[in-house]
Amino acid sequence: MATDVASERSGAPGERPAAPAPPPDRPPARVRAAIGPADLLFRGYLRGGGGAVLVVMTLVGVFLAYQGYEALRVGGWEFFTTEEWNPDSGRGAFGIAAVLVGTVIIALIALVISVPLALGTALYICEYAPARSKPTLIAVIDLMAAVPSIVYALWGFYFLQWGLAGVARWMHTYLGWIPFLDVPGVDPANPLAGWESTYTSSSLVAGIVVALMVTPIACSVMREVFDQAPQGEREGAYALGATKWGMIRSVVLPFGAGGIIGGSMLGLGRALGETIGVYLVISTVFQIQPHILMNGGSSIPSLIALRYNEATPFGMSALMAAGLVLFLMTLVVNFAASSIIARSRSGAASEA
Amino acid sequence: MTVTNSRTAAPAAPATVLPRRSPAPEAPEVRRSLGRLQAGDVWSLFGAAAAGLSLTGLLYTQLTPFSGVIGFVLLSYLLFLVCYTLLLAQTNDGPAVRDRLAAAVVHSIAGLLLLALAFVVAFTFVRGWTALTNLGFFTRDMSGVGPLQPLEEGGILHAVVGTLIQIGIALAVTIPLGVTCAVFLTEVPGAFSRFVRTVVEAMTALPSIVAGLFIYATVILILGFDLSGFAASLAITVMMLPIVIRAADVVIRLVPGNLREASLALGASQWRTVLHVVLPTSRSGLATAIILGTARGIGETSPVMLTAGVTTALNLNPMSNSMISLPLAVFEFVKSPEPVMITRGFGTALVLLILVILLFAAARVLGGRGPGQLTRRQEHRRVRQSQRDVRRMTAAREARARAAAAAPPDAPTSIVPGL
Repeated sequence: MATDVASERSGAPGERPAAPAPPPDRPPARVRAAIGPADLLFRGYLRGGGGAVLVVMTLVGVFLAYQGYEALRVGGWEFFTTEEWNPDSGRGAFGIAAVLVGTVIIALIALVISVPLALGTALYICEYAPARSKPTLIAVIDLMAAVPSIVYALWGFYFLQWGLAGVARWMHTYLGWIPFLDVPGVDPANPLAGWESTYTSSSLVAGIVVALMVTPIACSVMREVFDQAPQGEREGAYALGATKWGMIRSVVLPFGAGGIIGGSMLGLGRALGETIGVYLVISTVFQIQPHILMNGGSSIPSLIALRYNEATPFGMSALMAAGLVLFLMTLVVNFAASSIIARSRSGAASEA
Repeated sequence: MTVTNSRTAAPAAPATVLPRRSPAPEAPEVRRSLGRLQAGDVWSLFGAAAAGLSLTGLLYTQLTPFSGVIGFVLLSYLLFLVCYTLLLAQTNDGPAVRDRLAAAVVHSIAGLLLLALAFVVAFTFVRGWTALTNLGFFTRDMSGVGPLQPLEEGGILHAVVGTLIQIGIALAVTIPLGVTCAVFLTEVPGAFSRFVRTVVEAMTALPSIVAGLFIYATVILILGFDLSGFAASLAITVMMLPIVIRAADVVIRLVPGNLREASLALGASQWRTVLHVVLPTSRSGLATAIILGTARGIGETSPVMLTAGVTTALNLNPMSNSMISLPLAVFEFVKSPEPVMITRGFGTALVLLILVILLFAAARVLGGRGPGQLTRRQEHRRVRQSQRDVRRMTAAREARARAAAAAPPDAPTSIVPGL
């Protein structure tokens, strides 16, 4: 490969220039390597591959917007404030207020459960686990992320919601004065015959199932960041007499703050879009349902999975609009997550 | 003392004086344990656990009308923490108590997560094993099998074949496109590739149902295709592509820069460098990225549900008619209230789970090493290759030297030393 740098900077290549600093009015010449035709072709091919991926990813948003436009035009602003979903029967009212709130509630429950789990597990793997078992633990967490969501959904549907009914009843009895833990219309002291079914298929059960799916994702981000906490600062903390927990609090956690927030938001993005785990567990109701212990709830993905089959063309357009809202929501959350991870000190260290 | 005396008496003596060896101590020094766990810690841990359990037992059986296994475990854990704190506070100061308490909480959280995973896997195994015990489960499909017919009739051949066809088509698109895009992100730096990387990273959390909706909107509604296995594999591709690209990008970025520079400095062009240095170096990591993406793609239910539809019959043609996949078959089975169908559903989920675990094990075997780290066999092969190269080069040099000696002396010689 030929370069034409040397001849530009100084007349004779062998001798050193008399004035090493270039004159202030002339900026230093840019170094530019000559590229052969084969490489030009190769770079074109690579650019084409990157461009194709970009086009596909952009088309996802464009086509959803294109297909959902009609429903958004008819629904107008009420699309975001209406709770019911009847776009198929003529010009019935439809809107995503209920499903949007339901999606956010389930995702928040999943977040509240998964963040401590992920944080504790990441700290255990990084700081407490014996060095020999560390690779195995990492593999197990990665495997947990790869387990199909239908497997978690089956577990939640056939085991968790019945096992959790006792806890839900207990929470209802003793914590029912907190608004979102109340179950209106049910007296917990009343010995109903099938009292368990009052507490099954609730947002809480769906949230726990989703939490199990997103914990490994958040955990692996946090673990990678904690692993990069500088050894010198750790030793400094120990040398100042810190206990292990003192060291973690003063070095590892502040260093990994960006990773903790970013990992949690990545988990949130995943939780917002989880379909089958929510669809199988929850029984969908089209009203804003803030009582997380109570039977019934909703989410945008489970709405789509429930209604796509019998939808008229206009109903399909409404579902596309709901999908577009979900898509934009996860996109925003994910963008925020990756920029937080990239900008934190924890991300900067990974470039080395 | 005698040493210092002799030094003051004779200043001309050599300045370096060997120290006297001190007499051996009567008792051998006891090695101090630097580990943090001592007998007292273990006892207080066990004591607190016992106290927590028995307090909870008392509460459950005598004092309050609590019920439920999960509640019992939760309450006894909380009481254990309280008792542990009280026990530690007897002998330790604040920071030490907090340290022990944090260690206990972190250990139990990690244990809880691993336990939950083990429980989910074991639950699927226990409920689904009976379906797998008859081999006909793998060799028959569900056409004409009603929900009440016994487990010996019907199987999941159609779902297994459907999954294999769909993931095969998806991989045929994902592998070339994904690896090309990952190479582009690393090898052609610039504003455009930064933008593509940002978009791809944001799309890794693309909800699978949105991927399904996208293909439904374009391929089925606009282009007018039927619900088919091909449409499902396109949906899986859209979902897998960002995951594979991101993982592959990370792996390619790990290729040491000096390997690349060495290749360029030897005069190789960029495409040769990529083909002969970058890709072979990161081969195991790329395989891992692809396998992990495959594991994610295999397990997705909703894109297939939207784009391929449900069928009970075996369908080998991906271009027409519905084609079911394993996760979707699970979902269809457990919709039925019949215990036999539910067992079939768990059996199918178990097959899917085993498939994912196998893929994962393959990824570990292939990609357990970083770029440039070789197995013993690869190292051996490389040493042999390099020995062959030395022999070949020596032979060539000798041949050239002989030719130069035989040639007339005025002819120009072009023997490059070392080649």
